[in-house]
Amino acid sequence: MKNYLALTFKELKSFFVSPIAYVVLAVFFGVTGYFFYIILSFYVEQAVMRQFGGPTSMAMDVPSMVMQSFLGVLSTILLFLLPMITMGSFADERKQGTIELLFTSPVTNAQVILGKFTASVLFILLMFLPALLNTGLLFFYSDPPPPLSPYLVGLLGAILLSAALLSVGFFVSSLTENQIVAAAVTFGVFIILWVIDASAGSSTTVTNETLRYLSVLNHYEDFTRGILDTQHIVFYLSFIVLGLFLTSLSLDSAKWRK
Amino acid sequence: MIRVENLTKTYGLTAAIQDVTFEVGKGEILGFLGPNGAGKTTTMRIIAGFFPATKGHAYVAGYDVLEKPLEAKRRIGYLPENPPLYSEMTVDGFLEFVARIKGVEWNQVRRRTQEVKEQCGLANHGRRLIKHLSKGYKQRVGLAQALIHEPEVLILDEPTVGLDPKQIIEVRELIKGLGGKHTVILSTHILPEVSMTCERVIIINNGRIVAVDTPENLTSQLAGGLRIEMEVTGSIDELVNQLRAMPGIRNVLAQPGVGDHYRVIVEAKGDQDLRNQLARMVVESGLELYELKRQAMTLEEIFLKLTTEEEAAA
Repeated sequence: MKNYLALTFKELKSFFVSPIAYVVLAVFFGVTGYFFYIILSFYVEQAVMRQFGGPTSMAMDVPSMVMQSFLGVLSTILLFLLPMITMGSFADERKQGTIELLFTSPVTNAQVILGKFTASVLFILLMFLPALLNTGLLFFYSDPPPPLSPYLVGLLGAILLSAALLSVGFFVSSLTENQIVAAAVTFGVFIILWVIDASAGSSTTVTNETLRYLSVLNHYEDFTRGILDTQHIVFYLSFIVLGLFLTSLSLDSAKWRK
Repeated sequence: MIRVENLTKTYGLTAAIQDVTFEVGKGEILGFLGPNGAGKTTTMRIIAGFFPATKGHAYVAGYDVLEKPLEAKRRIGYLPENPPLYSEMTVDGFLEFVARIKGVEWNQVRRRTQEVKEQCGLANHGRRLIKHLSKGYKQRVGLAQALIHEPEVLILDEPTVGLDPKQIIEVRELIKGLGGKHTVILSTHILPEVSMTCERVIIINNGRIVAVDTPENLTSQLAGGLRIEMEVTGSIDELVNQLRAMPGIRNVLAQPGVGDHYRVIVEAKGDQDLRNQLARMVVESGLELYELKRQAMTLEEIFLKLTTEEEAAA
Protein backbone atom coordinates (compact mmCIF):
# COMPACT_ATOMS: atom_id res chain seq x y z
CA MET A 1 0.00 0.00 0.00
CA LYS A 2 2.78 2.41 0.92
CA ASN A 3 4.68 1.52 -2.23
CA TYR A 4 1.56 2.09 -4.26
CA LEU A 5 1.03 5.50 -2.67
CA ALA A 6 4.65 6.48 -3.22
CA LEU A 7 4.45 5.46 -6.87
CA THR A 8 1.12 7.25 -7.41
CA PHE A 9 2.47 10.40 -5.83
CA LYS A 10 5.63 10.29 -7.93
CA GLU A 11 3.61 9.85 -11.13
CA LEU A 12 1.36 12.75 -10.24
CA LYS A 13 4.36 14.94 -9.58
CA SER A 14 6.03 13.84 -12.78
CA PHE A 15 2.96 14.97 -14.76
CA PHE A 16 3.50 18.49 -13.60
CA VAL A 17 7.21 18.70 -14.22
CA SER A 18 6.80 17.81 -17.86
CA PRO A 19 5.40 20.30 -20.37
CA ILE A 20 3.19 17.61 -21.94
CA ALA A 21 0.70 17.76 -19.08
CA TYR A 22 0.31 21.53 -19.26
CA VAL A 23 -0.09 21.47 -23.02
CA VAL A 24 -2.69 18.71 -22.82
CA LEU A 25 -4.56 20.58 -20.07
CA ALA A 26 -4.50 23.87 -21.96
CA VAL A 27 -5.62 22.31 -25.25
CA PHE A 28 -8.37 20.42 -23.48
CA PHE A 29 -9.60 23.52 -21.63
CA GLY A 30 -9.61 25.58 -24.80
CA VAL A 31 -11.27 23.03 -27.06
CA THR A 32 -13.94 21.92 -24.60
CA GLY A 33 -14.74 25.54 -23.79
CA TYR A 34 -15.09 26.40 -27.44
CA PHE A 35 -17.34 23.44 -28.17
CA PHE A 36 -19.47 24.15 -25.13
CA TYR A 37 -20.04 27.68 -26.39
CA ILE A 38 -20.96 26.47 -29.91
CA ILE A 39 -23.33 23.78 -28.63
CA LEU A 40 -25.01 26.05 -26.14
CA SER A 41 -25.57 28.86 -28.68
CA PHE A 42 -26.91 26.36 -31.20
CA TYR A 43 -29.56 24.92 -28.90
CA VAL A 44 -30.55 28.26 -27.41
CA GLU A 45 -31.04 29.59 -30.92
CA GLN A 46 -33.14 26.56 -31.84
CA ALA A 47 -35.27 26.96 -28.74
CA VAL A 48 -35.85 30.64 -29.39
CA MET A 49 -36.81 29.96 -33.00
CA ARG A 50 -39.31 27.33 -31.94
CA GLN A 51 -40.87 29.65 -29.43
CA PHE A 52 -41.73 32.04 -32.21
CA GLY A 53 -42.47 29.27 -34.67
CA GLY A 54 -46.24 29.28 -34.18
CA PRO A 55 -48.81 27.11 -32.43
CA THR A 56 -47.23 23.73 -33.38
CA SER A 57 -44.04 24.59 -31.47
CA MET A 58 -42.99 22.32 -28.66
CA ALA A 59 -40.88 23.16 -25.65
CA MET A 60 -37.24 22.02 -25.86
CA ASP A 61 -35.20 20.60 -22.98
CA VAL A 62 -32.15 22.73 -23.75
CA PRO A 63 -29.95 21.74 -20.76
CA SER A 64 -30.18 18.01 -21.36
CA MET A 65 -29.60 18.40 -25.09
CA VAL A 66 -26.56 20.55 -24.47
CA MET A 67 -25.22 17.99 -22.01
CA GLN A 68 -25.73 15.12 -24.39
CA SER A 69 -23.99 16.84 -27.29
CA PHE A 70 -21.25 18.11 -25.10
CA LEU A 71 -20.49 14.66 -23.68
CA GLY A 72 -20.38 13.34 -27.23
CA VAL A 73 -17.81 15.96 -28.25
CA LEU A 74 -15.89 15.31 -25.03
CA SER A 75 -15.36 11.67 -25.97
CA THR A 76 -13.93 12.67 -29.34
CA ILE A 77 -11.50 15.12 -27.77
CA LEU A 78 -10.41 12.41 -25.32
CA LEU A 79 -9.70 10.14 -28.26
CA PHE A 80 -7.09 12.60 -29.46
CA LEU A 81 -5.58 13.68 -26.15
CA LEU A 82 -5.37 10.49 -24.10
CA PRO A 83 -2.57 8.93 -26.19
CA MET A 84 -0.42 11.88 -25.17
CA ILE A 85 -1.00 11.16 -21.51
CA THR A 86 -0.14 7.48 -21.74
CA MET A 87 2.58 7.48 -24.38
CA GLY A 88 5.40 8.10 -21.94
CA SER A 89 4.10 5.97 -19.09
CA PHE A 90 6.32 2.96 -19.70
CA ALA A 91 8.12 3.85 -22.93
CA ASP A 92 9.95 6.69 -21.24
CA GLU A 93 10.87 4.61 -18.18
CA ARG A 94 12.45 2.12 -20.53
CA LYS A 95 14.24 4.74 -22.57
CA GLN A 96 15.64 6.55 -19.52
CA GLY A 97 16.60 3.27 -17.87
CA THR A 98 14.56 4.12 -14.79
CA ILE A 99 12.62 0.90 -15.32
CA GLU A 100 15.78 -0.74 -13.98
CA LEU A 101 15.21 1.10 -10.71
CA LEU A 102 11.58 -0.01 -10.51
CA PHE A 103 12.34 -3.62 -11.44
CA THR A 104 15.10 -3.92 -8.84
CA SER A 105 13.07 -2.29 -6.07
CA PRO A 106 10.90 -4.30 -3.70
CA VAL A 107 7.70 -3.36 -5.52
CA THR A 108 5.41 -5.54 -7.59
CA ASN A 109 4.31 -4.96 -11.17
CA ALA A 110 0.79 -4.42 -9.89
CA GLN A 111 1.92 -1.60 -7.61
CA VAL A 112 3.81 0.11 -10.42
CA ILE A 113 0.93 -0.20 -12.89
CA LEU A 114 -1.81 0.76 -10.45
CA GLY A 115 0.26 3.71 -9.27
CA LYS A 116 0.56 5.02 -12.79
CA PHE A 117 -3.08 4.26 -13.51
CA THR A 118 -4.38 6.04 -10.42
CA ALA A 119 -2.25 9.08 -11.14
CA SER A 120 -3.52 9.25 -14.72
CA VAL A 121 -7.15 8.92 -13.65
CA LEU A 122 -6.63 11.72 -11.13
CA PHE A 123 -5.09 13.78 -13.89
CA ILE A 124 -8.17 13.14 -16.04
CA LEU A 125 -10.40 14.31 -13.18
CA LEU A 126 -8.39 17.49 -13.00
CA MET A 127 -8.78 17.86 -16.74
CA PHE A 128 -12.57 17.59 -16.38
CA LEU A 129 -12.78 20.39 -13.81
CA PRO A 130 -13.26 23.29 -16.22
CA ALA A 131 -15.80 21.23 -18.13
CA LEU A 132 -17.67 20.92 -14.86
CA LEU A 133 -17.64 24.70 -14.55
CA ASN A 134 -18.99 25.10 -18.08
CA THR A 135 -21.76 22.64 -17.63
CA GLY A 136 -22.42 23.94 -14.15
CA LEU A 137 -23.69 27.10 -15.81
CA LEU A 138 -26.67 25.08 -17.01
CA PHE A 139 -27.77 24.63 -13.42
CA PHE A 140 -27.50 28.30 -12.62
CA TYR A 141 -29.25 29.77 -15.62
CA SER A 142 -31.90 27.19 -16.47
CA ASP A 143 -35.34 27.60 -15.03
CA PRO A 144 -36.37 25.13 -13.77
CA PRO A 145 -32.84 23.69 -13.15
CA PRO A 146 -32.25 20.31 -14.83
CA PRO A 147 -32.14 17.19 -12.63
CA LEU A 148 -28.66 16.42 -11.31
CA SER A 149 -28.58 12.64 -11.75
CA PRO A 150 -28.32 12.41 -15.58
CA TYR A 151 -25.51 14.89 -15.41
CA LEU A 152 -23.59 12.79 -12.87
CA VAL A 153 -24.22 9.64 -14.90
CA GLY A 154 -22.76 11.33 -17.96
CA LEU A 155 -19.70 12.35 -16.01
CA LEU A 156 -19.26 8.82 -14.68
CA GLY A 157 -19.43 7.58 -18.26
CA ALA A 158 -16.73 9.99 -19.37
CA ILE A 159 -14.48 8.88 -16.51
CA LEU A 160 -15.02 5.19 -17.20
CA LEU A 161 -14.39 5.68 -20.91
CA SER A 162 -11.17 7.59 -20.19
CA ALA A 163 -9.97 4.98 -17.73
CA ALA A 164 -10.61 2.19 -20.24
CA LEU A 165 -8.70 4.05 -22.93
CA LEU A 166 -5.87 4.78 -20.49
CA SER A 167 -5.44 1.08 -19.80
CA VAL A 168 -5.07 0.45 -23.54
CA GLY A 169 -2.56 3.29 -23.75
CA PHE A 170 -0.51 1.80 -20.91
CA PHE A 171 -0.39 -1.55 -22.63
CA VAL A 172 0.83 -0.04 -25.90
CA SER A 173 3.37 2.14 -24.09
CA SER A 174 4.77 -0.91 -22.30
CA LEU A 175 5.58 -2.51 -25.65
CA THR A 176 8.03 0.07 -26.90
CA GLU A 177 10.81 2.43 -25.88
CA ASN A 178 9.65 5.15 -28.23
CA GLN A 179 6.99 7.60 -27.04
CA ILE A 180 5.96 8.67 -30.53
CA VAL A 181 5.49 5.08 -31.62
CA ALA A 182 3.43 4.50 -28.49
CA ALA A 183 1.24 7.55 -29.17
CA ALA A 184 0.66 6.67 -32.83
CA VAL A 185 -0.19 3.03 -32.14
CA THR A 186 -2.42 3.97 -29.20
CA PHE A 187 -4.30 6.44 -31.36
CA GLY A 188 -4.76 3.78 -34.05
CA VAL A 189 -6.09 1.27 -31.53
CA PHE A 190 -8.46 3.88 -30.08
CA ILE A 191 -9.94 4.58 -33.50
CA ILE A 192 -10.42 0.89 -34.20
CA LEU A 193 -12.16 0.43 -30.83
CA TRP A 194 -14.27 3.47 -31.63
CA VAL A 195 -15.58 2.37 -35.00
CA ILE A 196 -15.28 -1.40 -34.74
CA ASP A 197 -19.07 -1.68 -34.93
CA ALA A 198 -19.08 0.00 -38.34
CA SER A 199 -17.91 -3.26 -39.88
CA ALA A 200 -20.89 -5.06 -38.33
CA GLY A 201 -23.79 -5.54 -40.71
CA SER A 202 -27.38 -4.92 -39.76
CA SER A 203 -28.17 -8.61 -39.20
CA THR A 204 -27.93 -10.05 -35.71
CA THR A 205 -25.29 -12.73 -36.21
CA VAL A 206 -22.94 -13.53 -33.34
CA THR A 207 -20.01 -11.81 -35.07
CA ASN A 208 -21.97 -8.64 -35.64
CA GLU A 209 -23.25 -8.58 -32.10
CA THR A 210 -19.73 -9.11 -30.77
CA LEU A 211 -18.33 -6.31 -32.92
CA ARG A 212 -21.06 -4.00 -31.73
CA TYR A 213 -20.41 -4.97 -28.15
CA LEU A 214 -16.68 -4.24 -28.47
CA SER A 215 -17.17 -0.66 -29.60
CA VAL A 216 -16.21 1.53 -26.67
CA LEU A 217 -18.40 4.30 -27.97
CA ASN A 218 -21.63 2.26 -28.01
CA HIS A 219 -21.34 1.71 -24.29
CA TYR A 220 -20.79 5.39 -23.73
CA GLU A 221 -23.96 6.56 -25.47
CA ASP A 222 -26.35 5.43 -22.74
CA PHE A 223 -24.32 7.38 -20.19
CA THR A 224 -24.65 10.57 -22.26
CA ARG A 225 -28.43 10.12 -22.22
CA GLY A 226 -28.30 9.86 -18.45
CA ILE A 227 -29.07 6.15 -18.40
CA LEU A 228 -27.16 4.17 -15.82
CA ASP A 229 -26.90 0.56 -16.97
CA THR A 230 -24.73 -1.94 -15.11
CA GLN A 231 -23.85 -3.82 -18.29
CA HIS A 232 -21.88 -0.81 -19.50
CA ILE A 233 -20.14 -0.38 -16.16
CA VAL A 234 -19.19 -4.05 -16.20
CA PHE A 235 -17.93 -3.65 -19.77
CA TYR A 236 -15.66 -0.75 -18.88
CA LEU A 237 -14.39 -2.31 -15.66
CA SER A 238 -13.51 -5.58 -17.37
CA PHE A 239 -11.91 -3.58 -20.17
CA ILE A 240 -9.71 -1.77 -17.63
CA VAL A 241 -8.77 -4.99 -15.85
CA LEU A 242 -7.84 -6.61 -19.16
CA GLY A 243 -5.77 -3.62 -20.27
CA LEU A 244 -3.82 -3.45 -17.02
CA PHE A 245 -3.36 -7.21 -16.96
CA LEU A 246 -1.91 -7.15 -20.48
CA THR A 247 0.41 -4.35 -19.38
CA SER A 248 1.64 -6.50 -16.53
CA LEU A 249 2.23 -9.44 -18.87
CA SER A 250 4.08 -7.21 -21.28
CA LEU A 251 6.36 -5.91 -18.52
CA ASP A 252 7.12 -9.46 -17.43
CA SER A 253 7.85 -10.60 -20.94
CA ALA A 254 10.17 -7.62 -21.41
CA LYS A 255 12.15 -8.93 -18.45
CA TRP A 256 12.49 -12.38 -19.97
CA ARG A 257 13.45 -11.05 -23.37
CA LYS A 258 16.18 -8.75 -22.05
CA MET B 1 25.46 -13.41 1.92
CA ILE B 2 25.32 -13.81 -1.82
CA ARG B 3 25.37 -17.22 -3.42
CA VAL B 4 25.29 -17.73 -7.15
CA GLU B 5 24.94 -21.20 -8.62
CA ASN B 6 25.49 -22.16 -12.24
CA LEU B 7 24.06 -18.96 -13.62
CA THR B 8 23.60 -19.09 -17.36
CA LYS B 9 21.96 -16.41 -19.47
CA THR B 10 21.47 -16.92 -23.16
CA TYR B 11 20.20 -14.47 -25.74
CA GLY B 12 18.96 -16.59 -28.59
CA LEU B 13 21.94 -18.81 -29.33
CA THR B 14 24.67 -16.70 -27.79
CA ALA B 15 25.43 -17.11 -24.12
CA ALA B 16 26.13 -13.92 -22.20
CA ILE B 17 27.27 -15.87 -19.16
CA GLN B 18 27.77 -19.58 -18.61
CA ASP B 19 27.90 -21.58 -15.39
CA VAL B 20 28.88 -18.70 -13.20
CA THR B 21 29.19 -19.90 -9.61
CA PHE B 22 30.55 -17.98 -6.66
CA GLU B 23 29.85 -16.91 -3.11
CA VAL B 24 30.38 -13.68 -1.25
CA GLY B 25 30.65 -13.63 2.52
CA LYS B 26 29.11 -11.07 4.84
CA GLY B 27 30.96 -7.77 4.87
CA GLU B 28 33.23 -8.75 2.02
CA ILE B 29 34.05 -6.51 -0.94
CA LEU B 30 34.22 -8.57 -4.08
CA GLY B 31 35.60 -7.22 -7.32
CA PHE B 32 34.20 -8.33 -10.62
CA LEU B 33 36.88 -7.81 -13.19
CA GLY B 34 36.66 -8.36 -16.89
CA PRO B 35 36.87 -6.67 -20.25
CA ASN B 36 33.84 -4.94 -21.70
CA GLY B 37 31.18 -7.41 -22.75
CA ALA B 38 32.50 -10.16 -20.49
CA GLY B 39 29.18 -10.63 -18.72
CA LYS B 40 29.68 -8.52 -15.60
CA THR B 41 26.54 -6.45 -16.05
CA THR B 42 24.45 -9.49 -16.95
CA THR B 43 25.52 -11.30 -13.78
CA MET B 44 24.84 -8.27 -11.62
CA ARG B 45 21.45 -7.64 -13.16
CA ILE B 46 20.43 -11.22 -12.43
CA ILE B 47 21.49 -10.90 -8.79
CA ALA B 48 19.66 -7.57 -8.51
CA GLY B 49 16.52 -9.22 -9.90
CA PHE B 50 16.29 -7.07 -13.02
CA PHE B 51 15.86 -10.12 -15.21
CA PRO B 52 15.86 -13.86 -14.57
CA ALA B 53 18.66 -16.23 -15.50
CA THR B 54 18.08 -18.84 -18.19
CA LYS B 55 19.50 -21.44 -15.82
CA GLY B 56 20.83 -21.49 -12.30
CA HIS B 57 19.96 -19.63 -9.11
CA ALA B 58 21.05 -16.56 -7.25
CA TYR B 59 20.48 -16.17 -3.51
CA VAL B 60 20.74 -12.98 -1.52
CA ALA B 61 20.71 -13.41 2.26
CA GLY B 62 19.29 -16.87 1.65
CA TYR B 63 16.41 -15.69 -0.55
CA ASP B 64 16.20 -16.88 -4.13
CA VAL B 65 15.91 -13.66 -6.14
CA LEU B 66 13.42 -15.27 -8.51
CA GLU B 67 11.27 -17.09 -5.94
CA LYS B 68 11.24 -14.40 -3.24
CA PRO B 69 11.98 -11.23 -5.21
CA LEU B 70 10.60 -8.75 -2.68
CA GLU B 71 12.54 -10.20 0.25
CA ALA B 72 15.74 -10.26 -1.78
CA LYS B 73 15.32 -6.81 -3.33
CA ARG B 74 14.67 -5.22 0.06
CA ARG B 75 18.20 -6.24 0.99
CA ILE B 76 19.89 -5.06 -2.19
CA GLY B 77 21.13 -1.64 -3.17
CA TYR B 78 21.86 -1.57 -6.86
CA LEU B 79 23.67 1.01 -8.93
CA PRO B 80 23.35 0.13 -12.61
CA GLU B 81 25.96 1.17 -15.14
CA ASN B 82 23.80 4.13 -16.17
CA PRO B 83 22.35 5.52 -12.96
CA PRO B 84 18.53 5.29 -13.26
CA LEU B 85 17.49 8.84 -12.44
CA TYR B 86 14.32 10.80 -13.09
CA SER B 87 15.97 13.82 -14.63
CA GLU B 88 12.99 16.11 -14.01
CA MET B 89 13.07 15.53 -10.25
CA THR B 90 15.15 17.31 -7.65
CA VAL B 91 17.81 15.32 -5.81
CA ASP B 92 15.74 15.43 -2.60
CA GLY B 93 12.52 14.48 -4.36
CA PHE B 94 14.18 11.58 -6.11
CA LEU B 95 15.93 10.22 -3.03
CA GLU B 96 12.75 10.49 -0.96
CA PHE B 97 10.82 8.61 -3.62
CA VAL B 98 13.44 5.85 -3.80
CA ALA B 99 13.52 5.62 0.00
CA ARG B 100 9.75 5.05 0.03
CA ILE B 101 9.66 2.37 -2.63
CA LYS B 102 12.66 0.64 -1.05
CA GLY B 103 10.70 0.28 2.16
CA VAL B 104 12.22 2.93 4.42
CA GLU B 105 9.72 3.84 7.16
CA TRP B 106 7.97 7.05 6.09
CA ASN B 107 8.97 8.97 9.20
CA GLN B 108 12.61 8.03 8.56
CA VAL B 109 12.64 9.10 4.89
CA ARG B 110 13.81 12.68 5.55
CA ARG B 111 16.55 11.56 7.91
CA ARG B 112 17.89 8.88 5.56
CA THR B 113 17.85 11.33 2.64
CA GLN B 114 19.97 13.77 4.64
CA GLU B 115 22.34 11.01 5.72
CA VAL B 116 23.05 9.59 2.26
CA LYS B 117 23.39 13.07 0.82
CA GLU B 118 26.16 13.76 3.31
CA GLN B 119 27.72 10.37 2.77
CA CYS B 120 27.87 10.96 -0.97
CA GLY B 121 28.85 14.63 -0.93
CA LEU B 122 25.50 15.93 -2.07
CA ALA B 123 24.61 17.95 1.01
CA ASN B 124 24.35 21.21 -0.94
CA HIS B 125 22.61 19.78 -4.00
CA GLY B 126 19.28 18.70 -2.55
CA ARG B 127 17.17 21.26 -4.39
CA ARG B 128 18.92 20.97 -7.76
CA LEU B 129 17.15 19.28 -10.63
CA ILE B 130 18.91 16.07 -11.52
CA LYS B 131 19.09 17.00 -15.19
CA HIS B 132 21.22 20.00 -14.30
CA LEU B 133 23.83 17.94 -12.45
CA SER B 134 27.16 16.96 -13.99
CA LYS B 135 27.97 13.32 -14.76
CA GLY B 136 29.96 12.98 -11.56
CA TYR B 137 27.15 14.28 -9.39
CA LYS B 138 24.60 12.10 -11.18
CA GLN B 139 26.80 9.13 -10.33
CA ARG B 140 26.75 10.23 -6.68
CA VAL B 141 22.97 10.45 -6.73
CA GLY B 142 22.99 6.93 -8.17
CA LEU B 143 25.18 5.76 -5.32
CA ALA B 144 23.01 7.59 -2.79
CA GLN B 145 19.85 5.86 -4.02
CA ALA B 146 21.60 2.49 -3.71
CA LEU B 147 22.52 3.22 -0.09
CA ILE B 148 19.33 4.87 1.08
CA HIS B 149 17.59 1.84 2.60
CA GLU B 150 20.77 0.63 4.32
CA PRO B 151 20.89 -2.59 2.29
CA GLU B 152 22.93 -5.55 3.45
CA VAL B 153 24.11 -6.11 -0.10
CA LEU B 154 25.39 -3.49 -2.53
CA ILE B 155 25.78 -4.19 -6.21
CA LEU B 156 27.71 -1.49 -7.99
CA ASP B 157 28.18 -1.68 -11.73
CA GLU B 158 31.20 0.37 -12.79
CA PRO B 159 30.72 2.93 -10.02
CA THR B 160 33.66 5.13 -11.02
CA VAL B 161 33.02 5.44 -14.73
CA GLY B 162 32.76 9.02 -15.89
CA LEU B 163 34.14 10.58 -12.73
CA ASP B 164 37.16 12.83 -12.59
CA PRO B 165 40.27 11.52 -10.77
CA LYS B 166 39.46 13.32 -7.53
CA GLN B 167 35.92 11.97 -7.51
CA ILE B 168 37.21 8.47 -8.32
CA ILE B 169 39.38 8.53 -5.23
CA GLU B 170 36.46 9.77 -3.13
CA VAL B 171 34.11 7.10 -4.42
CA ARG B 172 36.71 4.37 -3.82
CA GLU B 173 37.19 5.58 -0.26
CA LEU B 174 33.45 5.55 0.19
CA ILE B 175 33.17 1.99 -1.10
CA LYS B 176 36.05 0.83 1.08
CA GLY B 177 34.25 2.32 4.07
CA LEU B 178 31.15 0.31 3.20
CA GLY B 179 32.92 -3.04 3.62
CA GLY B 180 32.32 -4.78 6.92
CA LYS B 181 28.86 -3.30 7.30
CA HIS B 182 27.67 -4.04 3.79
CA THR B 183 28.49 -6.86 1.44
CA VAL B 184 29.64 -5.30 -1.80
CA ILE B 185 29.98 -6.57 -5.34
CA LEU B 186 31.68 -4.10 -7.57
CA SER B 187 32.42 -4.47 -11.24
CA THR B 188 35.12 -2.73 -13.15
CA HIS B 189 37.35 -3.12 -16.13
CA ILE B 190 40.12 -1.17 -14.47
CA LEU B 191 42.79 -3.31 -12.87
CA PRO B 192 44.13 -0.91 -10.22
CA GLU B 193 40.64 -0.27 -8.99
CA VAL B 194 40.16 -3.76 -7.65
CA SER B 195 43.52 -3.91 -5.95
CA MET B 196 42.64 -0.66 -4.21
CA THR B 197 39.16 -1.53 -3.01
CA CYS B 198 38.53 -5.28 -3.07
CA GLU B 199 39.45 -8.16 -0.83
CA ARG B 200 38.75 -10.80 -3.45
CA VAL B 201 38.51 -10.69 -7.20
CA ILE B 202 36.61 -12.73 -9.73
CA ILE B 203 37.87 -12.48 -13.24
CA ILE B 204 35.28 -13.11 -15.87
CA ASN B 205 35.82 -13.39 -19.58
CA ASN B 206 33.45 -14.38 -22.37
CA GLY B 207 30.81 -15.17 -19.79
CA ARG B 208 32.90 -17.59 -17.76
CA ILE B 209 34.78 -17.24 -14.52
CA VAL B 210 38.47 -17.69 -15.27
CA ALA B 211 39.96 -16.96 -11.87
CA VAL B 212 39.03 -16.23 -8.28
CA ASP B 213 41.71 -14.93 -5.98
CA THR B 214 42.94 -12.06 -3.86
CA PRO B 215 44.24 -9.06 -5.76
CA GLU B 216 47.77 -9.75 -4.42
CA ASN B 217 47.86 -13.32 -5.70
CA LEU B 218 46.50 -12.28 -9.05
CA THR B 219 49.12 -9.62 -9.39
CA SER B 220 51.89 -12.05 -8.57
CA GLN B 221 50.47 -14.55 -11.01
CA LEU B 222 50.48 -11.78 -13.49
CA ALA B 223 54.18 -11.33 -12.93
CA GLY B 224 54.59 -14.99 -13.85
CA GLY B 225 54.61 -15.89 -17.49
CA LEU B 226 53.36 -18.69 -19.68
CA ARG B 227 51.30 -21.76 -19.01
CA ILE B 228 52.23 -24.67 -21.23
CA GLU B 229 50.21 -27.82 -21.42
CA MET B 230 51.72 -31.15 -22.56
CA GLU B 231 50.24 -34.56 -23.20
CA VAL B 232 52.73 -37.41 -22.66
CA THR B 233 52.92 -41.17 -22.00
CA GLY B 234 55.47 -43.03 -19.90
CA SER B 235 56.61 -42.60 -16.34
CA ILE B 236 56.36 -38.95 -15.63
CA ASP B 237 57.71 -38.76 -12.09
CA GLU B 238 61.27 -38.15 -13.20
CA LEU B 239 60.16 -35.55 -15.73
CA VAL B 240 58.17 -33.67 -13.15
CA ASN B 241 61.13 -33.60 -10.76
CA GLN B 242 63.40 -32.48 -13.54
CA LEU B 243 61.00 -29.72 -14.52
CA ARG B 244 60.64 -28.54 -10.96
CA ALA B 245 64.39 -28.27 -10.70
CA MET B 246 64.61 -26.26 -13.88
CA PRO B 247 65.23 -22.55 -13.44
CA GLY B 248 62.47 -20.25 -14.63
CA ILE B 249 59.68 -22.63 -13.74
CA ARG B 250 57.24 -21.75 -11.02
CA ASN B 251 54.88 -24.65 -10.83
CA VAL B 252 54.31 -28.06 -12.40
CA LEU B 253 51.03 -29.92 -12.29
CA ALA B 254 50.56 -33.48 -13.53
CA GLN B 255 47.15 -35.12 -14.01
CA PRO B 256 46.25 -38.47 -15.49
CA GLY B 257 44.56 -38.09 -18.86
CA VAL B 258 42.83 -40.50 -21.22
CA GLY B 259 44.24 -44.05 -21.07
CA ASP B 260 47.88 -44.03 -20.02
CA HIS B 261 48.34 -40.43 -21.12
CA TYR B 262 49.21 -37.68 -18.69
CA ARG B 263 48.60 -33.96 -18.81
CA VAL B 264 51.44 -31.91 -17.51
CA ILE B 265 50.91 -28.21 -17.00
CA VAL B 266 53.98 -26.08 -16.63
CA GLU B 267 53.81 -22.53 -15.37
CA ALA B 268 56.87 -20.57 -16.29
CA LYS B 269 58.07 -17.33 -14.78
CA GLY B 270 58.69 -14.44 -17.10
CA ASP B 271 57.57 -14.55 -20.65
CA GLN B 272 60.34 -16.59 -22.24
CA ASP B 273 58.98 -19.28 -24.49
CA LEU B 274 60.08 -22.67 -23.07
CA ARG B 275 58.23 -24.83 -25.55
CA ASN B 276 61.30 -25.96 -27.51
CA GLN B 277 63.23 -26.78 -24.31
CA LEU B 278 60.30 -28.69 -22.87
CA ALA B 279 59.87 -30.73 -26.05
CA ARG B 280 63.54 -31.73 -25.98
CA MET B 281 63.39 -32.64 -22.28
CA VAL B 282 60.38 -34.90 -22.75
CA VAL B 283 61.96 -36.78 -25.64
CA GLU B 284 65.35 -37.05 -23.91
CA SER B 285 63.80 -38.54 -20.79
CA GLY B 286 62.33 -41.34 -22.94
CA LEU B 287 58.68 -40.26 -22.86
CA GLU B 288 56.38 -39.93 -25.83
CA LEU B 289 55.08 -36.43 -26.56
CA TYR B 290 51.58 -36.19 -28.05
CA GLU B 291 50.76 -32.57 -27.63
CA LEU B 292 52.38 -29.35 -26.52
CA LYS B 293 50.59 -26.04 -26.46
CA ARG B 294 50.28 -22.72 -24.80
CA GLN B 295 47.05 -22.45 -22.91
CA ALA B 296 44.50 -20.76 -25.06
CA MET B 297 43.46 -17.87 -22.86
CA THR B 298 45.78 -17.14 -20.03
CA LEU B 299 45.12 -14.68 -17.30
CA GLU B 300 47.70 -12.39 -18.79
CA GLU B 301 45.90 -12.19 -22.04
CA ILE B 302 42.68 -11.30 -20.28
CA PHE B 303 44.50 -8.73 -18.26
CA LEU B 304 45.88 -7.29 -21.44
CA LYS B 305 42.37 -6.58 -22.52
CA LEU B 306 41.69 -4.81 -19.26
CA THR B 307 42.56 -1.25 -18.69
CA THR B 308 45.73 -1.22 -16.68
CA GLU B 309 46.40 2.47 -16.86
CA GLU B 310 44.79 4.67 -14.25
CA GLU B 311 44.58 7.57 -16.69
CA ALA B 312 42.34 5.69 -19.04
CA ALA B 313 39.74 5.52 -16.33
CA ALA B 314 39.42 9.23 -15.88
